[in-house]
Amino acid sequence: MTSPEQSSGPLPMIRFNGITKTYDGGRPAVDDLSMDIDRGRITVFVGPSGCGKTTSLRMINRMVEPTSGTILLDGQDVALQKAAELRRSMGYVMQSSGLMPHRSVIDNIATVPRLNGVPRAEARVRAKELLDVVGLASELGRRYPGQLSGGQQQRVGVARALAADPPVLLMDEPFSAVDPVVRAELQEELLRLQRDLAKTIVFVTHDIDEATILGDKVAVFAVGGRLAQFAAPEEILRAPVDDFVAGFVGRDRGFRHLSFQQGDHVTVHPIETIEVDQLADPTVSVRSAWTLLVDADGRPHGWVPQATRGSITTQADAVPGGSLYTRGDTLRRALDAALSSPSGLGVAVDDDGRAIGIVRAAEVFELIEGARLDRGRADHNTAV
Amino acid sequence: MDYSSSNLFVQMGEWLSDPVNWSGSRGIPMRVLEHLGYVGLTMLIACAIAIPLGLFVGHTGRGRVLIVSGIGILRALPTLGMVFLFALLFYRGVLPSVWALVLLAVPPVLSGVYAGISSVNRTVVDAARSMGLTEWQILFRVEVPNGLQVMIGGVRAGILQVVATATVVAYAKADGLGVFLVEGTQINDNGRLFGGAVIIAVLAIAVDGLMALIQKFAISPGLRATQPPAGPLKESGRQEAVASAQGGTT
Repeated sequence: MTSPEQSSGPLPMIRFNGITKTYDGGRPAVDDLSMDIDRGRITVFVGPSGCGKTTSLRMINRMVEPTSGTILLDGQDVALQKAAELRRSMGYVMQSSGLMPHRSVIDNIATVPRLNGVPRAEARVRAKELLDVVGLASELGRRYPGQLSGGQQQRVGVARALAADPPVLLMDEPFSAVDPVVRAELQEELLRLQRDLAKTIVFVTHDIDEATILGDKVAVFAVGGRLAQFAAPEEILRAPVDDFVAGFVGRDRGFRHLSFQQGDHVTVHPIETIEVDQLADPTVSVRSAWTLLVDADGRPHGWVPQATRGSITTQADAVPGGSLYTRGDTLRRALDAALSSPSGLGVAVDDDGRAIGIVRAAEVFELIEGARLDRGRADHNTAV
Repeated sequence: MDYSSSNLFVQMGEWLSDPVNWSGSRGIPMRVLEHLGYVGLTMLIACAIAIPLGLFVGHTGRGRVLIVSGIGILRALPTLGMVFLFALLFYRGVLPSVWALVLLAVPPVLSGVYAGISSVNRTVVDAARSMGLTEWQILFRVEVPNGLQVMIGGVRAGILQVVATATVVAYAKADGLGVFLVEGTQINDNGRLFGGAVIIAVLAIAVDGLMALIQKFAISPGLRATQPPAGPLKESGRQEAVASAQGGTT
């Protein structure tokens, strides 16, 4: 017997059906969870500690058994499948890479294919390809996990999860133990991989920023294992359903929401530039209050204020610049470029990193305001 | 035996260098073989008992309290007393002495195996289980290779104790290197007494050295390697690009 909502649309890859998990008579860790996880998309479980997000993830591959309810994987009840076989059909990436320290990187990646009976040589060839897929040099394959950096280990963890080409990837805070630079890089790579692979990814994090960057849909869990909101990240930032979600997404949610507004219409104004080579020549004067310092390729390297032009003779003397706005990027980047710049002028660059002009915060605000008015009208129309 | 000096060490040297003591069924080589036979048999039985038990407790975590208190009790038993007890209870042969030595060897092997298995990083075990390894595969492909260092350490400690203690067999049955100690005491032959003790010590060191070698080759190089080799490779070109891009904004 199927309910109307079940019969409509394509079959979800994973369906939680009234899942509750209670540990030894305590309060439920997961409370009556029902949700559908879309095929080929990234679904992020986010929430504070103790909200049941990891427990929910681990019930998908039966690392945790639910107290009641069923989980359907591609329409099949996971409880009826052999646990080991079920787990081999899904990739699993965890916070600390969990690599086997006694095996080389290549053999770590080849683990699941080997369990599935793929010959060693064949599994190793595939493992080498995967190193390349996750952006690691093939020489690293002969190393042992203990010889890799944290970021490299996480990449190997992702490669290992992909090795048997499973349709589903479960990722349990995979990037939370690496430093912010590497984390941003790994997030970007995951999105790049996902564009090619289109796996069904369930991703657990406690970081709302990470959730909105990665998720096609975001499930916000509240303490006590309650699913507070399950929606597109843009919607969660724009219209949190209750105080808990609003509080969790934080004070910056208005600013974060700008990440979902394309900055195609931001006006880029021309700006006077001075080349690094010209700095030492006192006869080259600047006319604007702030002149952008660029190298021979046109890449920005800070600012030269008119007032102190005389004392700036090398690149090191220049006033450091703010973040860069790549043309076509989101309004958030555009605004941040303007706000973080000492001159108040956000430096806009093209895809090759060459300066093409500046953006102004006031104009970005106008675009934000315009977008808000448009949305208001749209909401009004649907209401009528 | 007549010695040229009353000095203990001279007597020992003369006893050790006398060719008579190196031949025949009562000579040193034969006694070493007998001794090693006892050690081998003892360790075989002890491992057959302690290794499966240690693997079970280490992997499942069940029966930990029982194991720990059991090991404590076994360690408190006096081995010489057990040799006589078993000899009185059963018969004058090889086996009573071996059983007494087994009681001595089980605690270090058992605690080594148990500690080795339970010392393996639980995150690695959890990851292995999440990837779809069965419990047997987790035990033999993850826990044993990673806990091997500690496990072999336990076996080494057991062997060392048994090599030293197998001398007690000589009290129940005139066999093994203990014979030289018993005879030496009885006939007041200090050269024989100390010569026998030195041979036991040398044998213990040699056997332990052999075990150290086995340990070295049995352990995966990955478990020793924690530092990247010289000239670390770049994380990736992309990271470098990110880093330089960030540098570019300053």
